[in-house]
Amino acid sequence: MNSILKPGPNTGAAQAIPITLTINGEVRHLTVEPWTSLLDLLRDELDLTGTKKGCDHGQCGACTVLIDDRRVNSCLTLAVMKDGASITTVEGLSQGDELHPMQDAFIEHDAFQCGYCTPGQICSAVGLIKEGRAHSAEEIREMMSGNLCRCGCYVNIVTAIEQVIESDGARIKEAAE
Amino acid sequence: MTSNITNLDGKRAGRYVGTAQRRIDGRLKVTGGAKYAGEFPTPGLTYGYVVSSEITHGKITRIDASAAEAVPGVIKVFTYKNRPKIASDDKKYQDQTAPPGSPMRPLGDEKIAYAGQPIALVVAETFELARHAATLVHIEYETKPHKTDLEAERSSSYEPKEKRSGIAPPPPPRGDADAAFAKAPVKFENEYRVAVEHHNPMEPHATTVVWHDDGKMTVYDKTQGVQNSQNYVTGIFGLKKDDVRVISPFVGGAFGSGLRPQYQLFLAVMAAMELKRSVRVVLTRDQMFTFTHRPDTIQTLGIGADKDGKLQAIRHDAVAETSTFEDYQEVVVNWSGLLYDCANTKLTYEIAKMNVYTPGDMRAPGATLGVYALEAAMDELAYATGVDPVELRLKNYAEKDQNEDKPFSSKELRACYRQGAERFGWSKRSAEPRSMREGRELIGWGMATGVWEAMMQETSARATLTAGGKLEVAAATADIGTGTYTIMAQIAADELGIPIDDVTVKIGDSSLPKAPVEGGSWAAASTGTAVKAACHKVREKLFNHARKVEGSPLANFGIDRVVFENGRISVSGDPSRFVTLADAMAATGEREISAEETTAPDPETKKKYSGYTHSAIFAEVRVDEELGVIRVTRIVDAVAAGKILNLKTARSQILGGVVFGIGMALHEESLMDKKLGRFMNHNIAEYHIPANADVHDIDVIFVDEQDDKASPIGVKGLGEIGIVGTAAAIANAIFHATGRRIRHLPITIDKVMGAGEDKTPAQAAE
Repeated sequence: MNSILKPGPNTGAAQAIPITLTINGEVRHLTVEPWTSLLDLLRDELDLTGTKKGCDHGQCGACTVLIDDRRVNSCLTLAVMKDGASITTVEGLSQGDELHPMQDAFIEHDAFQCGYCTPGQICSAVGLIKEGRAHSAEEIREMMSGNLCRCGCYVNIVTAIEQVIESDGARIKEAAE
Repeated sequence: MTSNITNLDGKRAGRYVGTAQRRIDGRLKVTGGAKYAGEFPTPGLTYGYVVSSEITHGKITRIDASAAEAVPGVIKVFTYKNRPKIASDDKKYQDQTAPPGSPMRPLGDEKIAYAGQPIALVVAETFELARHAATLVHIEYETKPHKTDLEAERSSSYEPKEKRSGIAPPPPPRGDADAAFAKAPVKFENEYRVAVEHHNPMEPHATTVVWHDDGKMTVYDKTQGVQNSQNYVTGIFGLKKDDVRVISPFVGGAFGSGLRPQYQLFLAVMAAMELKRSVRVVLTRDQMFTFTHRPDTIQTLGIGADKDGKLQAIRHDAVAETSTFEDYQEVVVNWSGLLYDCANTKLTYEIAKMNVYTPGDMRAPGATLGVYALEAAMDELAYATGVDPVELRLKNYAEKDQNEDKPFSSKELRACYRQGAERFGWSKRSAEPRSMREGRELIGWGMATGVWEAMMQETSARATLTAGGKLEVAAATADIGTGTYTIMAQIAADELGIPIDDVTVKIGDSSLPKAPVEGGSWAAASTGTAVKAACHKVREKLFNHARKVEGSPLANFGIDRVVFENGRISVSGDPSRFVTLADAMAATGEREISAEETTAPDPETKKKYSGYTHSAIFAEVRVDEELGVIRVTRIVDAVAAGKILNLKTARSQILGGVVFGIGMALHEESLMDKKLGRFMNHNIAEYHIPANADVHDIDVIFVDEQDDKASPIGVKGLGEIGIVGTAAAIANAIFHATGRRIRHLPITIDKVMGAGEDKTPAQAAE
């Protein structure tokens, strides 16, 4: 799983580079070509397909992951740039069978339909709480606008986040500090 | 066999049906466990990257793929020159939803009919290599003049000779609309237009073909109909059903873009068969603008009325684009003969050929366009006559379907107006435009009516109850976010009186019982009825065994005298007399009881009644007078759609439709460069869809509506009704706020600030 195809000199790709990433708490030693985005590394090489590709241009937010607790578009991040970083994807939010409060709130408030933008929305929402900046529905709307949802679940997304801020916000923010 | 659908009592109270239930697939979706078409792993997978035409019309004169093929790791570059043999007959390419014509063959020949047409597929060992090599494919073209301006082509529009299956052409003229219009004391005629829109589901179209050593394929496809994709593939490539299994458990949105098989399916299967390897083809976001879209449509709508607003005449003409190779059609104008009582109507619909890919069904196809024009015109009539917009609609309320001269199966639209207006606070509205403001923002309140057809299709489903009391229900339908999984489980759990957690739902697999494409808002009524019928059959079988259990207290009762509840079959009204499902199952001596049933709409009922869902949408906008920024701050949508199966997912369907309507009113616009003949804003930074900050309060009301005719389970469908009329309500609110009547959507800042060409208010004659 860790060894990635090393193409020859005429491929347009430079030599593959060894990096170490901590992904969902697990230390991974990987060899990655410089042109591979963190998103494609997660999806194509590590089968962590919870992180979605919606546009590959940093426009939709479906690829949002948490890097050292900050929300980042993984499609605009080359994997080699993140050597040594700690990455949390949607697969790493729950504790065993126990869902993260944000995941449970998304189900309870039906904050998704097709589910494709959902992992990015949830990672972004968890990152938002850790930032500790959103205090009202208006601020949540503004600060969640980097995550598009074509099914139009915004009303429910905001309700879910409000609920988690109220019930678990302080604890989540503290854990990040 | 076809079930006797009168046995299915839609009104029987259940523990789950009619309540708010969490999605049964929710956990998979919030944990990243739900796999979409481009995500299924398989050893030795190769990656295909599509090369798209850079010209709009003409032909390829030279393709040189040698540089691409020289890259180590590149396996093959497919073009029209080296593609394997494929079917020549148009019929093989015509899927369940195809319009009349000759469907596009990917890599068919050297001809280019529209911008972005797929002309090569580069297959490599990694995605990055394929993407890189695609830039090395050298193509030379000979260009021809192209037609991409509907304004210019409308003079050569025509009435399509061959009608599209399932799409009603305009009804014949009623009365004498021209004479009535000429005589009407209040009249006006205007042009309405809605920009081309692209579906842009968040998941790009994708197919993963897993090649098996025996030459069979498992195809993971993004589709609204697995069996539709299967038929398409077997027809074109000369395969048997057994050779190709299409699987699509989760669909990352579609809104109609997954009704027809898209070109990545063709290309991935072709490459897999030729290379005898597994292949994945995922379209880029740019390429999501190279196929189906909501057609550019120019509408002219004329209304003639009495001074008090009673309609005398409606004339509604639409001209829509289609491709050079297919005659796409949708129902745009018929709504103007349906929604209001009017003795004189004349409705026409024509199409014009252009160098674009064939337009397609997009959420409430046709109705979003036609009802927008009608409902914007009704608002103009309200102002021309001084009648309140809600009053005006009640004054012209249609008691029957005048297009077909039939009664409605049910129509609680009056309740929608009443309850919606009350929740919104409509009575506090001051009618005068620009009369409400707060700070620098003008406030506008507008409303509109929505309507969509209530449909049901023949569908099969299977129910299997195991000795352990677990139930599986299965059908080859889809859940594109609509909640199909969950409503199937609710219906099944109630039919057998077991906990919903004991129900497993299987869909999105071509090997399951036959179902049509999931679209048209018909899936809940169709699959729901089939599931209920199959479970009902299991219920009957089980009951017969329960009566035979030794000393059974049910021995002397018929099935209509017992209830299935809490894992027991008990005598109605006497829960102490019961047989458990486990004991009844044990009495069968079998490991499971299974039944497959097919249900279809009753042709007699269909002949006698018209089935429609209705809604009343109320919108509040705030317009910054200096900057022209428009905010939709409040929407109330009151919907009459028969029985509501799941209050949670049903509300979400309406919320989603309303947000689509906000996009149509204010944001969405695929901008055609008429010189280049290509959409210029082919990405979702420049093609705007509503973001979180664009959406504020949306309040959904489900009006009580009993309907035993639209479908046996009383369901009418919810997937589209949320969008229909919403853009009109917003446009009408913008008029109320600003006094500007803008008839071309989207209503962007430049139009509000006055640069637009259509800002004259409605003209009342004399």
